[in-house]
Amino acid sequence: MRFRHAKLLLLAALGLSLLISLFANRINPYALFVLYNIGINIILAVSLNLINGYTGQFSLGHAGFMAVGAYTAAVITNQFGVLNGFESGALFFGALLAGGLFAAVVGLLVGLPTLRLKGDYLAIVTLGFGEIIRVIFQNMNAVGAARGLSVMHGYTNFFWVFGFAAVTIYVVTALVHSTYGRGFIAVRDDEIAAEAMGINTTKYKVSAFVIGSFFAGVAGGLYAHSIQFLTPSGFGFMLSITFVVMVILGGMGNTSGVILAAVLLTLMPEGLRKLAGYPHLGWIGDTRMIIYSLMLIVLMLARPQGLFSRRKKFQGATS
Amino acid sequence: MTASAITENALLRTERVTIRFGGLTAVSNLDLQIGRNELVGLIGPNGAGKTTVFNLITGVYQPTAGQIFFDGQSIVGHQPYRITVRGIARTFQNIRLFPSLTVFDNVRTVFHLHLRGDVRHALWRGRAFWDEEQEIAGQVRELLEIFHLEKSAGAPAKSLNYGDQRRLEIVRALAARPKLLLLDEPAAGMNPNEKTDLMRLIQFIKGKFQISVLLVEHDMQVVMGICERIAVLDYGVKIAEGRPDEVRRNPKVIEAYLGEEMKNEDGG
Repeated sequence: MRFRHAKLLLLAALGLSLLISLFANRINPYALFVLYNIGINIILAVSLNLINGYTGQFSLGHAGFMAVGAYTAAVITNQFGVLNGFESGALFFGALLAGGLFAAVVGLLVGLPTLRLKGDYLAIVTLGFGEIIRVIFQNMNAVGAARGLSVMHGYTNFFWVFGFAAVTIYVVTALVHSTYGRGFIAVRDDEIAAEAMGINTTKYKVSAFVIGSFFAGVAGGLYAHSIQFLTPSGFGFMLSITFVVMVILGGMGNTSGVILAAVLLTLMPEGLRKLAGYPHLGWIGDTRMIIYSLMLIVLMLARPQGLFSRRKKFQGATS
Repeated sequence: MTASAITENALLRTERVTIRFGGLTAVSNLDLQIGRNELVGLIGPNGAGKTTVFNLITGVYQPTAGQIFFDGQSIVGHQPYRITVRGIARTFQNIRLFPSLTVFDNVRTVFHLHLRGDVRHALWRGRAFWDEEQEIAGQVRELLEIFHLEKSAGAPAKSLNYGDQRRLEIVRALAARPKLLLLDEPAAGMNPNEKTDLMRLIQFIKGKFQISVLLVEHDMQVVMGICERIAVLDYGVKIAEGRPDEVRRNPKVIEAYLGEEMKNEDGG
């Protein structure tokens, strides 16, 4: 793929999100909320795809980094009262970046010692770190501990969500489609050969982890200012697994597939909920999580290489 | 050429290198030298420690004792990727390509070593980035053409046949622009025709890129055919070293390793 006009596409996407955000008051609030969730999940899935898909490092801690960003951004904006349009925009942007950076720092601290591990071991350790982050918030009185934290301002809008989704997609794609970035895939394919070819595998793995954590933190900030209430239990490992499912369903290391999977997996539970409103379909409402799980099982059995992947089967490097 | 003659200007020099794994001494007091633009063979029976020597030189293992000098400087304790950056590239006994990357990208990946711009170029994707990517693409294609792999440039590496995979591994190693190329049993699994091609190829590489080659090989026809100097390992100890005809006649070598084969050859 040439990826020549990437910068133009990015600008177009940013412009389009800005335009739509100006007319957002005409969209019904529920649909808007679902749209925000789609955008936020795209950021999370695409950033996780850099770690799990392209670099082949199985991380189960993405919800933890999202939580770090969510709480950081929320605490920052809660310090301020009602601001005018421009000020609130600047504040929100700063808070999102701060949340992302703090998540990236945590990602670095977690990544440096754990990325020596491979496969299942790395998955377990990142899972543990994700849980540690959650438990810390659960016991931190300054952010409401288990009672949760109210986020006073609903700053999240269409522009911020889809603007950042576009930036995430751009950064991950631009990285991977370069001579420098082929190193990520080389590390996934064969770590020993990559090292022998002069690739600093530790640096590549930690970079992927830090970049992925940064965008997870930004997504957390967007989520916080959309739902306006944070509870530590909302960032459990089931959430991390949801993002991993998006990556696997989309096809490891296939960005467009992962985006589609994120859209699909956000809409599926909502759609099932909607169906429950029709006569004689009430049972769907009660069993929608079972149906959702069954659909996942069927999808994975039918398309183990990922729903949208053209490759016959994902060939991972496990050794 | 004797060992002492190249001491002054050796490209690679190991001094009394020893490595123990628990109670097993895999390589013991090994002194080995490789001169500039020299083709040296390292042979020995199964388990003699040949691949261990490769892993010591490339930094995968750390020697228990002894020193390794490359280009006059010690490389003991350096990480494998740093040693590659210094100018030692290798191939693997069991092929280790990047299977999901294309043939082109397998070689292109290694060019990150020669990048002028860093990751910011890749993100900004400005003029300098595209110029450099184009330059790299040209050099990759040039390398692939030399080894007649340009037709499969777009195919995934895992789809190549065995012989082409072996050749691609050599191309990939050459993309690192090494001063010393380590080949670990490149003739393994090849038929006689492919072996003849491989011998020509190795000699061609040595001349074309002006590099030194250290060759670990089981196949006597290949080793005796092209190496200028051969070192023989047995149980981790160097038992002989010299020109192919010297090694061939050395009674220790015959006893350790070549015995049956030499008699058969003499008889035939």
